[in-house]
Amino acid sequence: MASTVIPANQAPASTTTNYLNNGHSLKSWLLTTDHKRIAVLYLISVTVFFFLGGFFAMLIRLELLTPEGDLMQADTYNKVFTMHGMIMVFFFLIPVVPAVLGNFLIPLMIGAKDLAFPRINLLSWYLYVIGVLLISHVMLTGGVDTGWTFYSPFSTEYTNTKIVEAGLAAFIAGFSSIFTGLNFIVTIHRMRAPGLTWNRLPLFVWANYATSIIMILGTPVVAITIVLVAVERLFHLGIFDPRLGGDPLLFQHLFWFYSHPAVYIMILPSMGVISELITCFSRKRVFGYNFVALSSIAIAVIGFLVWAHHMFVAGISLYAAMIFSFLTFFVGVPSAVKVFNWTATLYRGSISYATPMLYAFGFIGLFTIGGLTGLFLATLGIDVHVTDTYFVVAHFHYVMVGGVLMGYLGGMHFWWPKISGRMYPEGWAKLSALLVFVGFNLTFFPQFILGYVGMPRRYWQYPPEFQVLNVLSTAGASVLAVGYLLPMIYLLWSLKYGPIADANPWRAAGLEWQAASPPTTFNFDETPVVTWEAYNYDEIDANGHGGSH
Amino acid sequence: MSDNQAIAVEHEAHNPALLHHFSSEQQQKNAASLGMWLFLVTEIMFFGGMFCAYLIYRVQHFNAFAAASQQLSIKLGAFNTAVLIVSSVTVVLAVKAAEAGKRKLLVSYLVVTVLLGMTFLVVKGFEYREKFEKHHVPGPTFNFTDTFDDNGKQIPVNPKEAELFFSIYFAMTGMHALHMIIGCGLFSVLAVFAWKGHYTPGYYTPIENAGLYWHLVDIIWIYLFPLLYLISRHS
Amino acid sequence: MSEHEEHASHSIGFSLLIGAGLLVLTATTVAAAFVNLGPFNPVIALLIATIKATLVILFFMHVKGASEKLTGAVVVSGFFFFAILIALSMADYLTRSWR
Repeated sequence: MASTVIPANQAPASTTTNYLNNGHSLKSWLLTTDHKRIAVLYLISVTVFFFLGGFFAMLIRLELLTPEGDLMQADTYNKVFTMHGMIMVFFFLIPVVPAVLGNFLIPLMIGAKDLAFPRINLLSWYLYVIGVLLISHVMLTGGVDTGWTFYSPFSTEYTNTKIVEAGLAAFIAGFSSIFTGLNFIVTIHRMRAPGLTWNRLPLFVWANYATSIIMILGTPVVAITIVLVAVERLFHLGIFDPRLGGDPLLFQHLFWFYSHPAVYIMILPSMGVISELITCFSRKRVFGYNFVALSSIAIAVIGFLVWAHHMFVAGISLYAAMIFSFLTFFVGVPSAVKVFNWTATLYRGSISYATPMLYAFGFIGLFTIGGLTGLFLATLGIDVHVTDTYFVVAHFHYVMVGGVLMGYLGGMHFWWPKISGRMYPEGWAKLSALLVFVGFNLTFFPQFILGYVGMPRRYWQYPPEFQVLNVLSTAGASVLAVGYLLPMIYLLWSLKYGPIADANPWRAAGLEWQAASPPTTFNFDETPVVTWEAYNYDEIDANGHGGSH
Repeated sequence: MSDNQAIAVEHEAHNPALLHHFSSEQQQKNAASLGMWLFLVTEIMFFGGMFCAYLIYRVQHFNAFAAASQQLSIKLGAFNTAVLIVSSVTVVLAVKAAEAGKRKLLVSYLVVTVLLGMTFLVVKGFEYREKFEKHHVPGPTFNFTDTFDDNGKQIPVNPKEAELFFSIYFAMTGMHALHMIIGCGLFSVLAVFAWKGHYTPGYYTPIENAGLYWHLVDIIWIYLFPLLYLISRHS
Repeated sequence: MSEHEEHASHSIGFSLLIGAGLLVLTATTVAAAFVNLGPFNPVIALLIATIKATLVILFFMHVKGASEKLTGAVVVSGFFFFAILIALSMADYLTRSWR
């Protein structure tokens, strides 16, 4: 899968019109309705904010190098971890795979010219940009110190940081998310090419469909929660105020009703990427297609039933805690189904180890650890001890970073030739993947131990006996940072100096590989008619050429 | 380039309202309709959070909620409910007029709908003013101990819990009113476009979809009215 | 070329009839509030409201007779997940006083 030589009868990408060079003005980009250009706009903005969130992570890890609180004040530390969380959750993890890879690929994968509502797609991006501008303003004018979870009554009454403005930023970003999900659902229902039945769809499409269901159903609830917090701060409508007979825990119920399914918004699209990578790099059809497809839907639905597992020690009734604990065990089942099926797909496959596949392997291992530790947390007896400790922090970073981010990086490398028309340098890419894997584990595995031995989260000082583990964690974070910076550099480098890629350098299945690399503005010259099943690698490899027919 | 030109040629025979990325008008219409329904689901969940808050607090503080609810005017609430129901009928009639290509009738029904919506908002304004005068607006000016029942007696409930009821009342009716204002604005714009002849029997999707939005706002009020105004009126 | 599947079935008279029905139900719910039905007062109120909402959804919003069952599925799923929010939250609040 190294650089491919272009035969003489194929013009190099730079002299044919594709979506990238079809109009060079700023206006042609900022007023585009082409889903591929919008995906690139998202790519740029999301990457900027990823590094900003990472900057705050760096400040956290620097502070935690020493047991004393010596780098910053306690109040500042509260603001730093809050901004890290808010930026990473609302402005990176939620949008990244759907808005970058989903926007780019879904119309291509289903043989459509664009999403159902291209102008709403552009609006989604602008809403995202307004959200990040607002949150940037918040950061520059003092930040927020409540934690990204902005629990009442601290957020509604006692803090004097910019809750309303930060809430507005998240609210607007939420609408960006809702419109993306709405667009995907309508597109997938209404615009599939002839012959592309539901059970011939790539699993990446199924995953984004399930994600979109969550976006539609869940996001409005956090939106109204933000409104109620704002209204309580601004107009003294004390909905969560215990002095009026209100319940601060109601805030948590409404908040987590969205925020738990939100983590499935984050992971499902990445799982969709993994399905694409595993099949391509083991040259096999996925094992149990129906099970993997329906497991995405199951995760979306069951994910709405478990939210109060974030509230076990907050003051909910014991009986409710038992119900939610029981339901939380169920939500692990469809995720496990995916991991089993990916493993079974690998079995007796013809496995190759290009960079995307390295990220896929990393995902399977790290997501499994993250997911299993979620079950530890679902167990009431264990949760009482490790909740609000670094055990939780490690758990969610394993699934968010070891899961979502590795899936995203694998997908970016896999589809990079499609998006840019260039191939990335494989050697540097493999090195980066290795650094990410090693750095990640060094950062976050010690945190499981730290949490287990009792270090609370969101603390800026800790007893000296925890220092060794914290130093290991910070060292790991430094390695991880290098692992993230390198792809930035070599992917940008490849835009100008990378080998030109042909339409299907991986000989992968999927309609997107039948479009040019990069595709033309309208994707396909003629609407394809699909007569083959998904992941027909046996046919592709038997025919000896790329493409799916 | 040649592929884009070929696509342009394909489309020249179609209704000008057909957008290029759809393969047929029916596909475009179905897509718009599904998109609107999905947006309405988000509205259900959006208001749903407030209904959840209402329900929990009503169960926990029933007496205060009942007493506070009795301070709302059933007459005005019922009148407003009737206004919205009639406005939903006019919306249905507007869609029928659009379907039949009757431009002036369409515009008339849209204008009547907007007027009914504004009637609702004016009545709501009177209600809010009355609440303000009786010190039932939550916050530093709230006072329930100076509120008396029909027999002139003080109402024996925790005034703080009554304030909670009014917090929910203002939050829910305020959000509903905001949606009404948006709906009135939307239909006003559509009335102007309809007057200019933008809608034909072959294309009146915006009227239909705006109608769906209006009906949902009506449905939300259908639930708000008994839950806020009719908690307990038989003591 | 476009089809008028669902609209042709409801005449203006039918729509006015549904509207009249909604007004009658409104009057009913107001009247019922003044009668002491014990624990059934809220039940009746919600039942009447649900009937009204169902009439609007089925006949004004044309869910009945819509060309695809998808529309109905979308509506039902919206209310279903709202019901989940209510039910599981109430599972907490109603059991807080249990020992």
